[in-house]
Amino acid sequence: MKKPEAVATVKRRRDAALAAIVGQIPYIKFLNVSFDRHGDELTATMAYHDDLIGNPMLPALHGGATASFLEVTAIVGLTWVSQWEQIEQGELDLEALQGGAISLPKTIDFTVDYLRSGLPRDAYARAVVNRSGRRYASVHVEGWQDNRDRLFAQATGHFLMPDQDAKRT
Amino acid sequence: MENQLVKIARQFIDALPHSKRLGMVLQDLKEGEATISMPYDPELIGDPVSKVIHGGAVSALMDTAGGAAVMSHPQAGIGTATLDLRIDYMRPATPVQTIVATATCYHVTRSVAFVRATACDDDTARPVATATGAFTVVKGRSA
Repeated sequence: MKKPEAVATVKRRRDAALAAIVGQIPYIKFLNVSFDRHGDELTATMAYHDDLIGNPMLPALHGGATASFLEVTAIVGLTWVSQWEQIEQGELDLEALQGGAISLPKTIDFTVDYLRSGLPRDAYARAVVNRSGRRYASVHVEGWQDNRDRLFAQATGHFLMPDQDAKRT
Repeated sequence: MENQLVKIARQFIDALPHSKRLGMVLQDLKEGEATISMPYDPELIGDPVSKVIHGGAVSALMDTAGGAAVMSHPQAGIGTATLDLRIDYMRPATPVQTIVATATCYHVTRSVAFVRATACDDDTARPVATATGAFTVVKGRSA
């Protein structure tokens, strides 16, 4: 039987791939969003800061900040799922991944459902890829704050997948 | 001469922290219609190869313009919130160009305001994105 890989090797490979995907998108840094990984499951966190506020009288998170957070989570989640096999097979050259080597899906449409007002504190989100074909993908994202069961927003988006054939030539 | 409602809405919109952070400027505001611009900023890039602004920033612009159109509508009110917003991305915005969104609040009931919005860069004949949304209406404002 083949000896299982050392846990440190597995973690290093997966974390490097995730960091490469996230690190190439400046807007993720702008929003102060980070990703926690447990196996293949990603949870996004948008750390609270005052620049995320829309209505200062409530105060509540700006609907646009919430939409951006969910869209970023969907794009990273979809890229992660679609690259997972290659990451696990060690096919991705992690050294070469800096600066946009992983092509990103393009948003076709994105619909945000605002369920309650976003509180001035950290927000979390997870994406589920409901369908990922060669050309199109459908992704659902749930966002919450204090309680996982009390969503403050959810979204569904359709995405155009990067051209895999074009990338290999 | 700007009426009182539009004046109050303008002050409110100019003070939204997230919109300010994104560099948005209210260009025009009349009853039920708002035009807001957002300059190009490398911090907002979503794709490092094409240097195109992230869709999320365009969403934030659409949401702000939509909310502003509702706030300036005589039958809605300042204290609005987004219920639902759908954005269709027609093409990538051209890097370095400012994006301008115009939103119209085309129908208001006692509880809900309906909005349409379009965003363009310098090529105004081909929109970058369109949006439709529903916003809350503060009770007691509608006749």
